[in-house]
Amino acid sequence: MANKIPRVAVREQDPAVRATNFEEVCYGYNDEEARLEASRCLGCKRPRCVEACPVNINIPAFIAELTKGDVAAAAEVIAADSSLPSICGRVCPQETQCEGSCVLGVKGEPVAIGKLERYVGDWHLAHGDVADSRRSASNGRRVAVVGSGPAGLACASDLAKMGYEVTVFEALHKLGGVLVYGIPEFRLPKDKVVAREIDTLRTLGVKFETDVIVGRTVTVDSLMDEEGFDAVFIGSGAGLPRFMGIEGENLNGVVSANEFLTRANLMHAYDDVYDTPIYVGKRVVVVGGGNVAMDAVRTAKRLGAEATIVYRRSEAELPARREEVHHAKEEGIEFRMLTNPTRVLGNDKGWVRGVSCVRMELGEPDESGRRSPVVVEGSDFDIECDVVIMALGTSPNPLLKRTTAGLETNRRGCIVTDEGGATTRRGVFAGGDAVTGAATVILAMGAGRRAARSIDEYVRGKYAAE
Amino acid sequence: MFRIVEKKLLAENIYRLRVEAPRVAHSALPGQFVIVRTDEHGERVPLTIADYDTADGTVTIVIQTIGMSTRKMCTLGVGDALADLAGPLGNPSEFVNVPIEELRRRRYLFVAGGVGTAPVYPQVKWLHEHGVAVDVIIGAKTSSMLIYKEEMARVADNLYIATDDGSEGFKGMVTGKIKELIGTEGRHYDECVAIGPMIMMKFVTLTTREYNLPTTVSLNALMVDGTGMCGACRVSVGGQTLFTCVDGPEFDGHKVDFDEAMRRQAMYRTQEGEANEKHKCECYGK
Repeated sequence: MANKIPRVAVREQDPAVRATNFEEVCYGYNDEEARLEASRCLGCKRPRCVEACPVNINIPAFIAELTKGDVAAAAEVIAADSSLPSICGRVCPQETQCEGSCVLGVKGEPVAIGKLERYVGDWHLAHGDVADSRRSASNGRRVAVVGSGPAGLACASDLAKMGYEVTVFEALHKLGGVLVYGIPEFRLPKDKVVAREIDTLRTLGVKFETDVIVGRTVTVDSLMDEEGFDAVFIGSGAGLPRFMGIEGENLNGVVSANEFLTRANLMHAYDDVYDTPIYVGKRVVVVGGGNVAMDAVRTAKRLGAEATIVYRRSEAELPARREEVHHAKEEGIEFRMLTNPTRVLGNDKGWVRGVSCVRMELGEPDESGRRSPVVVEGSDFDIECDVVIMALGTSPNPLLKRTTAGLETNRRGCIVTDEGGATTRRGVFAGGDAVTGAATVILAMGAGRRAARSIDEYVRGKYAAE
Repeated sequence: MFRIVEKKLLAENIYRLRVEAPRVAHSALPGQFVIVRTDEHGERVPLTIADYDTADGTVTIVIQTIGMSTRKMCTLGVGDALADLAGPLGNPSEFVNVPIEELRRRRYLFVAGGVGTAPVYPQVKWLHEHGVAVDVIIGAKTSSMLIYKEEMARVADNLYIATDDGSEGFKGMVTGKIKELIGTEGRHYDECVAIGPMIMMKFVTLTTREYNLPTTVSLNALMVDGTGMCGACRVSVGGQTLFTCVDGPEFDGHKVDFDEAMRRQAMYRTQEGEANEKHKCECYGK
């Protein structure tokens, strides 16, 4: 290998300090660090990282621009395939995508592609006016986008660049979907990053309307028939929390991760200036092993609780980003693997006092390819706690299906689409978690962009036929 | 922003606000609720819709100042705006989907308690406008706490008042009046709808069970988003866990676990109390 430079470590807040605040954990690279890290890229002729990226960003090309010190050019390269680099650079599971397939990773450490992407994205938010220069003249056609999360934002952005008049409808009072209500500030700063990305869309002419629940306030039909939208894109996500269905789950002190995180992130319950309450207790048990579980447990820790993860498989199967697990451990989160709750225990006032668990062992691989956990008979034991947070995954909201005739969903409640995002209802497209079930920001963004192309084709066809 | 066009004090600590919200007014039906946020720092507060006017695009809400958020909401006046008013949320009352001929064969008894009288009004009005017979009992601690009396009298076939202290109408609880109407006077009802404090709804369902009278209740559970995302509003109905926001807010009252619902409603009460005290101190300090 020609490369002897070790991976450039990224500066982070001290774990002991950050476990008590909500500021971003990772500071990101400065110019010098980014250029040095970029110089580690071998510029493979057949780059495996590009194939492993869900939206096939030309990674070696943008890194090559960075080695030359041309960040604007690097931003242009990324913009061809991704509209949210400062977000994806922070929240993508790079270890299973681009970085997981980097050749350097075979014998050593892969190129820090995620950190470089974030560097480019942040630089662009601070310096760029690329978006504005790309704004096309209006073609007079109107598209409604349902949901302002990653799928909706990506779809809106591309359509606006093509000249469409786009209105994004958001059910909550704040824009950003899961980026705002779900992912905590310490992982994805809201004002610095999310709000800035949304501002970029505003400069492209995208309109936003909050407090509109499509399916209640308006319907897909009324948007098309009464308000004159030519097409509708549904990016309503997967927001419905799952519970385990075990005894004691309705005791006071048992909450979904969605509730806990929404109170903390969207409603700023941790900040005294805001009115929304949050109950943290002294000892919190979070059930689950995904990114949402990590976000919840680290939020609880920051709010002063002793916080524990309980997960039924082993550490190797944790679906969370590796970096989040690493950060959580640094912050003093306790991990109890191969443990599954069977019952939530209550006191005489109906509040949680603990959770009964069983130990698990790994058996044969299941349909997901992961070894499925099996109960160890007679291994029951209790964990004392006063709050239990269920982070077991989410499913799509059935509201749009119920209120939109001809919109087909599968048995998991996910909207059925073709590859381009067209649903079974003419003129209605969908993408992101509403179609796939809970997945990643990058996949949602990719689906939003594919749907934008399909919508363009559909609308052109519709008017050409006339 | 959602501008307040009318504000009226209905009784001690109970205010009525009429707010410009054209999209909500256009889509609202009896039984549904809205989520209201006073300002940038406010809570998302679920409130049942007390009236809606498609023509002028306004929605009416009635608020009892019980916590800091409701208190803050009621410091606003005509011309001020609420930061957010999202809805209509939840399912409309079951009767809006029942064929009119079928409805007209039914006789309804509505039991309204305290501030819960406000959301009863659009339901009774809707039924009255569709030619359905409705009797209404309004209950309150005392005569001065009664709200929506005149409005209700215009749309109800028979309006009964019950006050705990006997200062107006029947002396006693609404359950006593139900017993008098059905048990003593032998009146027949096909459906009962009870909206008010949880404890009142619990005892109404216990009473109507004795007469095998199907009873619908509208639950005012804690919520954050109101669209199915948080699950704070979980309620046990017939042994099944449902979400008040998307599966309700109206349920078969004879199947609701009220003791659990009341306990869950108190989950943040201590904190709210503290916050309320804090807010009061700040206000008096000024």
